[in-house]
Amino acid sequence: MSNIPAELRYTKSHEWVRKNDDGTLTIGISDHAQELLGDLVFVDAPESGSSFEQGEDCAVVESVKAASDVYCPISGEVVEANATLADAPETINADPYGDGWIFSIKPEDEGDFDNLMSSSEYTDHVAADDH
Amino acid sequence: MPFIPHTEDDVRDMLAAIGVKDIEALFDEIPKELRSKGLTEVPTGLSEMAVQRLMAERAAQDSRSLCFAGGGAYEHHIPSAVWEITTRGEFYSAYTPYQAEASQGTLQLLYEYQTMMASLTGMDVSNASLYDGASALAEAILMAVRANRKAKSKRILIPRTVHPSYRKVAQTITKGQGIILEELDYDVTGGHLDPASLPKDPGDFVALVIPQPNFFGVLEEVDALTDWAHEHKALVIGVTNPVSLAVLTPPGEWGEIGADIVCGDGQPLGIPLSSGGPYFGFMCCRQDYVRQMPGRIIGRTTDLDGKPGFSLTLQAREQHIRRSKATSNICTNQGLLVTAATIHMALMGPAGIEQAAANSHANTMELLDKLNGVPGIKKLFDRPLFHEAVVQFDRPVNEVTQALTAQGIVGGIMLEDDYPELKNCLLVCATETKTEADLITFVDKLQQISTQLQATKSSAEPKIA
Repeated sequence: MSNIPAELRYTKSHEWVRKNDDGTLTIGISDHAQELLGDLVFVDAPESGSSFEQGEDCAVVESVKAASDVYCPISGEVVEANATLADAPETINADPYGDGWIFSIKPEDEGDFDNLMSSSEYTDHVAADDH
Repeated sequence: MPFIPHTEDDVRDMLAAIGVKDIEALFDEIPKELRSKGLTEVPTGLSEMAVQRLMAERAAQDSRSLCFAGGGAYEHHIPSAVWEITTRGEFYSAYTPYQAEASQGTLQLLYEYQTMMASLTGMDVSNASLYDGASALAEAILMAVRANRKAKSKRILIPRTVHPSYRKVAQTITKGQGIILEELDYDVTGGHLDPASLPKDPGDFVALVIPQPNFFGVLEEVDALTDWAHEHKALVIGVTNPVSLAVLTPPGEWGEIGADIVCGDGQPLGIPLSSGGPYFGFMCCRQDYVRQMPGRIIGRTTDLDGKPGFSLTLQAREQHIRRSKATSNICTNQGLLVTAATIHMALMGPAGIEQAAANSHANTMELLDKLNGVPGIKKLFDRPLFHEAVVQFDRPVNEVTQALTAQGIVGGIMLEDDYPELKNCLLVCATETKTEADLITFVDKLQQISTQLQATKSSAEPKIA
């Protein structure tokens, strides 16, 4: 069973979202997603300053067997992208919820965060996915 | 494994297994009005004997013309060994192999090809080839749109000095994705895109296409153009003739930081004219953009025992994994032609290709010098040339080319259809294959035709009583 921290929110497309004290949101891909992808070899992170709509593809994670889009969980403007991933994409495999974060955004509407899946909902979603 | 993939028995068994009556039933989902009514223009099959006869008759129609036409396909000397080696059973395939481990020889050859192309263009990486030069430009444009994340628009600036067919193909392939190709006009004196004519404030655009040499054979001011595009945060797509790169500055060294993507047609590297194809396209780019590059890339690696080996690499963005989001869905690799090109480059060597390029340039200059003495012909454009030039006649150029054809000479390419302002203009080319005698023959015939046409014209004029 993959690790699904309780304090985070999730999407059906396997992104996780953390609410920071300054109102920004940090986004990455779940432990389950990195397990499915296998060893990551490249991360195409979004440029800071660019804006995305909810559900829009904003990054690409590429493993030895697949390249997969990352969808923006909440509409907003990118504040920062994780620069260390360019040289060390495997950080996502090692620490998907910590050093393996992909980017952070300033959401258009902070209330959107509460509409995302909770850890228990996401746990059910992953379980259903496995069948 | 049988040579024929499924016999009638196989098909019947498979249909029975899934409980379907016939193959047609599998296509039920496609609405009737969308179904093809059959290929009415394609004739029914012929026997092998009939085909041999037909093809022999067609082959006999091939003329042994003295060819002064270029326009994207050039007659160069091809050492006999090139196609002798290329058509050996071990190499004779049109595709990159899917079973990489079992195809090390082909993969090594493609790897060598990539190395040669990267070296010729002065770029970091090359793919294993594309379909042809025109579609390579279209792919380069799509790639630039993916790679230039800073650009908010999908505008591509493309000079009218880019091959007209390339512009048409690029338009067809890219317009469905909302990409706008904006044409830039050429300078009427130089026949090039004058950097001074570029707008001070061009607005947001993705990339500038720079042909070198351009369709008129004229050399563009690549350094100034490259730097201008980069100043405006746009990418530079170079479209080049690979043979010319043996004597010209490679695109990787254009301006301050060089071109970003380079493409073109590989035909001049050992591929015969063959009535227009098949040829192959090439594409090279900076390391930064390698993940946006379409097509196959062969990598060199070591196996578990530490032995060197070759593999298909960076495949994760190809269509069998990414479907509609793949970097390309038409990146057909022209394996056999690339095989010939690689062997051609290996046999010619850098010095050989440089000599072919230099002799082609010298022959074209010599031809222009000789044409200078023929009344009613003048050379257009005063900029330096590679191995092609535009000449203008003072009479209908189609009459001249018809008369030349009757004498076994392909005089060049008429430009008026694509450039209405270039009335009675002919694009001529003399590669290294032309001898001094060939040039004299061409010029002599032109002189005769010129005199004859003059005579016919004056006799047709009404006499004044």
